[in-house]
Formats: sequence, C-alpha cells, structure tokens
Amino acid sequence: MQKKYFKWLLCLAGLLALLVASVVLSLSVGEMNLGFMDIFAILRKSHESMEYTILSQIRFPRVLLGIAVGGALSLSGILLQGVYRNPLVEPYTLGISGGASLGVAIAIVFGLHQLIGSFVLPAAGFTGAFLIIFVVYTISARSGRVNIQTMLLTGVMVSFIASSSMMLLMAVTSSENLHGIIFWIMGSLDEPDMSLIILTLVVSLVSLVLSYLFVQPLNALRLGEEKAKHLGVNTDLAIKLLFLMASLLAGICVAVAGVIGFVGLIIPHLMRLLFGTDYRILLISSFLSGSIFLVVSDVIARTIISPNELPIGVITGIAGGIAFLLMISHRSIRSTNRSR
Amino acid sequence: MTNILAIQNLRCGYPKFQLSDINFEIPKGSFAGIIGPNGSGKTTLFRAITGILPLKSGQILFSEKSLKAFSLKQRAQNIAIVSQFIEAGDMSVEDYVLMGRIPYHSRFNFFETDEDFAIARKYMELTDTWRFRDQLMSELSGGEQQLAGIARALTQQPELLLLDEPTSHLDITHQVHVLNVLQQLNLETGLSVLMVIHDLNLASEYCDRLILVNQGRIHTQGTPEEVLTFRNIEDVYQTVVVTQNNPLSGKPAVFLASGKVIKEIQKRLSEQ
Repeated sequence: MQKKYFKWLLCLAGLLALLVASVVLSLSVGEMNLGFMDIFAILRKSHESMEYTILSQIRFPRVLLGIAVGGALSLSGILLQGVYRNPLVEPYTLGISGGASLGVAIAIVFGLHQLIGSFVLPAAGFTGAFLIIFVVYTISARSGRVNIQTMLLTGVMVSFIASSSMMLLMAVTSSENLHGIIFWIMGSLDEPDMSLIILTLVVSLVSLVLSYLFVQPLNALRLGEEKAKHLGVNTDLAIKLLFLMASLLAGICVAVAGVIGFVGLIIPHLMRLLFGTDYRILLISSFLSGSIFLVVSDVIARTIISPNELPIGVITGIAGGIAFLLMISHRSIRSTNRSR
Repeated sequence: MTNILAIQNLRCGYPKFQLSDINFEIPKGSFAGIIGPNGSGKTTLFRAITGILPLKSGQILFSEKSLKAFSLKQRAQNIAIVSQFIEAGDMSVEDYVLMGRIPYHSRFNFFETDEDFAIARKYMELTDTWRFRDQLMSELSGGEQQLAGIARALTQQPELLLLDEPTSHLDITHQVHVLNVLQQLNLETGLSVLMVIHDLNLASEYCDRLILVNQGRIHTQGTPEEVLTFRNIEDVYQTVVVTQNNPLSGKPAVFLASGKVIKEIQKRLSEQ
C-alpha cells in the first residue's frame, strides 16, 4: 500500500477514536456526572432510572445532533471552499444563515409557531435559507453558467440585506418575540424532536457519501476551472451540484440548531494543515472533526457555567477563533522559517 | 504524413477581438511554434484548440477527426496542455503529476493504481523532477514548476502537447533545459508539440514549423527560414531588426538594437 494511503488510514482511525471518546465524554459529563464505565451499565440495566432518562432523552439526542450538525457544517464548508477555491468561504458567507434567521424571525414575529406548531421554526429557517440561495444563484448565473466570484459577492451582499431586515423586525417587535429570535439565533443542540435529529443525521451522512462522487472534480478544481477542464473534468455540473448540496447541508443545520458559526471555516482549515489539499481525505476527515468539535463544544457550553448553559455558538466562535489565530500564526512562523 | 492537428477556416473570439481565417496544419511528430506580438491572438487561438472557447465557424481536426466528436475526457487523453503559470499551491509534486491520470479514471476510481504511479514516475524521471517528488509545488522555482507541469502533461500520455509560453519567466539555463526535454521527447517518442512562444530565437532554434499571428489573422507560416525574415518581423512587430544565421545551428537569429543606436544609424544614413 502507498505510504500516503497508509497515513490516511491511520489518521481516520485516530479521528474515529477521538469521536468515540468525545461521545462518551458528552454522555458522561453534565449536571449529573456519570462515570465512563457506568454509562454502559445504565444503558443495559433498568430503563426506568433517572440516569437512563437523562442519557436517552437528553444527552444522547444532543450527541447525535452534534455529530450531524458538526459534520454537516464542516462538510458544507470544505465543499464550498473547494468550489470557490477560496479558503475564507464558509456556509454562512453565502447568506445561508442570514436567510434562515430572517425566515425564523418572520415566523416568530407573525406568531406562526404558536398558530401552527413548533415545527414551523425549522421549516421557516430552511425556507429562508433556500430562498436566499435561490436569489444568490439566480443573480450570479447567466445563460446557464455560474460566475463563482460574482456568486460570492452576491452572497455577501444578500446576507447583509437579510441580516439588516431581521434587525428591522427585531427593532419593531415585542420583547417576548425578541427574546425568542435571539434565543434561536444563538444556536443550541437542544432539539426536542427526535425525528428532526434523525433527519439531519441521515441527510448529513448521505451527503458525505454523495460528496465522494465529486471528489475527482473537487481535486481537479484545485488547479482552477479551466485547467480542470483540460484534465477532462466537467466542472460546470459539479460546481452546481456541490453548491446545492452544501446549501442543503447548511440550511438544514441552521434550521434545526440555529446559527452555529465558525465550524465550517475552522475545521476545513485545520484539516488542510494536517492532511494537505487532497479531497479524498479532506471530506471524511472534515466531517469527523466537525462532529468531534461540536460534540466537545457542547460539553463545554453545558458545563462551564453549570447549571446554566451557554449558547454553543459562543463556544465555537471563541474557541474556534482562538484556535484559528494560533494556527495562522504558527503557519506564518513556519513559512518565514522556510523562506530563510 | 497525417496531420495531428488541422485548423480549417476558424473564426472565434470575443466581442472586441476576433480570430478569423485561421488555417494551418501540424503534421504528426512536428515541433511547431505560434509566434506573434502581445494581443495578436495567440492565446485566443490556444483556447480555441483546447476547447475552452467555442468556435463561431470553421473546424478543428485532431488526427483527421473533428475535435467536436471528442468528449472532455477523450480530449484530455489525446491533448495535454501546459499553462504559462502552474498554480498548484500546497500539493506535493508527485500528487500534482499524478493528476495527469485523471482523464483515465472513472468517477468511482478513488485510488491511483500501481500503473498510474509507474507512469508518473517515468515522466518525473524524464523531466528530472523525481527528486522533488515530496516537496510542495509552491516550494519549487519557476523552472522546476514548469518541468513538473510538463511531467503532469506527459502523464496524460497525449499525442499532442500544447504549451503556453513555457519559457517566458525562466532564465536561459532553464529555458534551454525545458526546451531540450521537449525536443528529446519529440525526437525519441514522436510526440507532437505546439507551443506559443515569445522568444523568436528560441522559436527558430527548436521549432521546425512556425505560425506568425498578427491582429487575429495568420500573417505567415512555414519553416523558421520562411517566417523569420526581417520584413515579416518588422511588419508584424513594428520594430527594426536584423536577421542572420546562427553560426552554431545555421537557423535564423534575430538581432535588435536600442533606440539610441537606431537613431544614430538613421542620422548617419541621412548624412550620407
């Protein structure tokens, strides 16, 4: 076996082990701490104990959602960065979070969630995200071809418009609605509807598998669109489908868990530093690392000011931001040393 | 001898710039060059041949078959392109060269075969880039990157190699090295080469056939002796030159003089 493939295999095994460790950590740590070994005993024994209820009703769904959302956001980020050949793009740059937040704000302000049911909020978030993506895509596509630079700029602008419109709604609505909107925007893995969690997990795992069908265009796109075509790769179709997939992933994440920033930016970066630029390893490693990052961030969010809970977006933003700065400074020191 | 490439009545371009009446043939095994001033249409012609720019009329034949009938993958298996700038960033040289095998892989081929590695190694050794295989592309010098670009293109195992100004930002050591590698391949394997090149003397030394392009049309085509006359060059480049045969190779060589020297000559001539 080639040295490269062996290294990938080892790293994947390491990431899987880390994921298992973070899951066990998340299941055991909380307001009521449970020993690592006790978890298995609790799951096997009585199904009526309080510990069992905490594990199965509260912590396990959070872990599942953490895996799904962390993986999906990170996968969405790496796909978009591959399509745009721009390492600063993340799912939210394109207005996905702005659109989703606006959708939810409208639903809350007009009281739709009280009229129809709580599922309206994720549905409104998803619709908002998709409408924005549709607008961004339509503006940037001319005669069937998408100019990816125009699309990026359009995304940033549309995102601003959506965020400002949401602020307008927040400024004129009642304080109760305002609280609801802010709570939703800050993001949380606390989702009571198990079927939504399963849906998110299935969508993210299926997307991971499907993304591997585009690994060749993604790898060829590293050289640029024109050079990818010279290698016989049809990039037009791949760019459209990957963009759609990344939007779907980010849209569903924002709809279910609110706005959790930075995962889609930092994790792909970190993976590039560790593994290089080959998408065969980047896709799966980004997914797994995104899951680990979010599950661990959720543990910190739940425990740092226990019994209260911090919004998970705060943890991913601060921890992720600092980690990112460290990575960049380490990289610039390394490149300075290399250039001497 | 059959033609590897034949361009017939080609018209293509952009709203403000058009190539028209382009007709030429490149026999199999040729080492041909496209020359011409900046903005004359060399790169546009290249983009038409590589299929990036749609044709408005005319046709391009590859080995007597219309290029339209080739799928993107088939094109990439037959025609490989080396761009002027190789932007491969943080990718190892070996990974970059292995990308030349993409045209032979299906969507579901996730791993390179031993054959892929062997082919990549063969061309990396030929271009003397095997010793850099684990280095990042961004760590190589311009000349080394150009050689890696050629190794990647050869790994596509094409019949025709297209190069866009392969020597434009290299010193003379690397210019000669890169062109010698191409010449050796052309002579030993019969690989057909077509390159856009700015340096008229290098074009003269290495190419057996030249196409001089000016203002979107072909000005002259033929052997270096037929094309590189001082009249053609002065006409197209609007620059005073003298051509003489290179004492080493006997090929035409183009000599320039600075504005000051030209003025002195003009003054002397007017005084006589």
